[in-house]
Amino acid sequence: MQVRIANVRKEFDRFPALHDVSLDIHSGELIALLGPSGSGKTTLLRLIAGLETPTDGKVFFGDIDASEKTVQERNIGFVFQHYALFRHMTILENVSFGLSVRPRATRPPSGEIRGRAMELLDLVQLSGLEKRYPNQLSGGQRQRVALARALAIEPGVLLLDEPFGALDAQVRRELRKWLREMHDRTGHTTVFVTHDQEEALELADRLCVMSQGKIEQVGSPDTVYDNPTSPFVFGFIGESSELPVTVENGELWSGGRAIGVPAPDSKTGEARLFFRPHDVELVEHEASLAGVVTSSRRVGGTRRVELEIGGDGHKVEIDLPFDHPAGEKTRLAFRPKRWRLF
Amino acid sequence: MATKIRHLHRHHTSPVSESRTVQVIAIFLCLLFMALFLILPLWSVFIEAFAKGVGAYFSALVNKDAQSAIRLTLLVAAVAVPLNVVFGVCASWAIAKFEFKGKAFLITLIDLPFSVSPVISGMVYVLLFGAGSFLGPWLKSYGIEVLFALPGIILATIFVTFPFVARELIPLMQDQGTGDEEAALSLGANGWQTFWRVTVPNIRWGLLYGVLLCNARAMGEFGAVAVVSGKIRGKTTTIPLQVEILYNEYNGAAAFALASLLAMLALLTLVLKSFLEWRFGDELAATGRH
Repeated sequence: MQVRIANVRKEFDRFPALHDVSLDIHSGELIALLGPSGSGKTTLLRLIAGLETPTDGKVFFGDIDASEKTVQERNIGFVFQHYALFRHMTILENVSFGLSVRPRATRPPSGEIRGRAMELLDLVQLSGLEKRYPNQLSGGQRQRVALARALAIEPGVLLLDEPFGALDAQVRRELRKWLREMHDRTGHTTVFVTHDQEEALELADRLCVMSQGKIEQVGSPDTVYDNPTSPFVFGFIGESSELPVTVENGELWSGGRAIGVPAPDSKTGEARLFFRPHDVELVEHEASLAGVVTSSRRVGGTRRVELEIGGDGHKVEIDLPFDHPAGEKTRLAFRPKRWRLF
Repeated sequence: MATKIRHLHRHHTSPVSESRTVQVIAIFLCLLFMALFLILPLWSVFIEAFAKGVGAYFSALVNKDAQSAIRLTLLVAAVAVPLNVVFGVCASWAIAKFEFKGKAFLITLIDLPFSVSPVISGMVYVLLFGAGSFLGPWLKSYGIEVLFALPGIILATIFVTFPFVARELIPLMQDQGTGDEEAALSLGANGWQTFWRVTVPNIRWGLLYGVLLCNARAMGEFGAVAVVSGKIRGKTTTIPLQVEILYNEYNGAAAFALASLLAMLALLTLVLKSFLEWRFGDELAATGRH
């Protein structure tokens, strides 16, 4: 189902959590709401679910205005960070819950409910555990039960609030891959909240990057990574280095020296240069950024070097081959291969 | 090597634990204290109760006034405890799951009966429903007696025992948060289904614990009830009041026979309470706080 969020504003005790947010979620896509804590991503998810009501604005499910509907009427599947499984029910009872609370008229017979729950447990690869209780399961298993429980009501939209946030790194990676496969198989419109950019980049069809109650950028992982439209997005997604520069005569200047980087348009004045540490080339005898190495450490297959540029204490990070002999006090000159100016 | 490790392990004590001698002395002092102040009195209750033989013990219990006191006590508990369960669940639900103005005040108010002397609690009802009050004569004109009658006793008991359930449930429900309820609602359950199928099972052991303590106090309450009951023999005396009357009449054996019932209630409560704490400790909010 297609979900449209139109000019939604949300205040908690007059403290704004979301300012005028609009977002179109396509039918069948897997979209990530990504942002640091306090960016309003969870609030937005809960607004879609109906667990919060917007101060202003509307939420549409397809063509229907869902803003006035209660959470029960919206037919959404919600997965919580801390699972929220019913601890006094078995796994089977947990998964069956959504169907068994339906009014008599629409409730399937108990045999059918059981069959459906067993099917879902099979789908989340937990067959054989239906008689267990939640506290007898590992975190990863619990979250899969929570997902099966949410899927049982055949939701129009699946909403996941930091679904892997409480799990350790190994399980997280496995579940991430598994969720992607699940999504490809079932095709639910899925919205998930995360603060983990790696998770969002790997899992989502599209990212919605949020900061301080606003949407910064929406786009495919590649677009957001390669063409960030704001300094926040550049800094938040992937590694980045930042340097204040001056734009003059169609060129960028730092510390009174041209750095060999052409300015994109005719504007002049102060600006901030952003580039990825790995998108640089070392140069000699040419206009470049030059600095003194202040620290150098090896990270896996590369060497991450911190350079102090000029006398103002501005520091940037660049990546070198791990066997590069750069040590402290070495002077290095480089030029970013790709960059953005804000 | 293995034996060496075990050897080391045995002698290795945690830095915060005291030496063996201090431990023994501390434990001994505790036991002595308990024996002197708890077990000895309890023991003497039963000794006194059976002082004139088993026959006298049972005849004291089947005595008409004693029977009436037992019935009244059971009746009062049967009314006060369920009402306090309803009130306690409502109050803790409201406090734990909603944000509203005056929440801190409500929590303080719930604690009030704990901090007020029971005698004062009784006096309040005398002032409210007594002959010189506004409410008393008005209700009397409709034929409803509150003071020196069953309604007064029940009101005073409810007042004295109402913190027990709420006090047990508030921290428990605050700790559990609203996640389970939100999950149930998102799965399509209505409020009623959510309450009975998710909230109540989550708090059931805590609730039972609160009911247990509430019941023990409701049956054993003396001060507040003494003030409002008027101690009309065979009519408005509960077990504790009847014990006092008998004792004042130098009828020690009968007094202690009745008292032994309360003592047994206390022991039973203690056993059940310990069982709940042992078995469902993680589902109780305030284990051993009272």
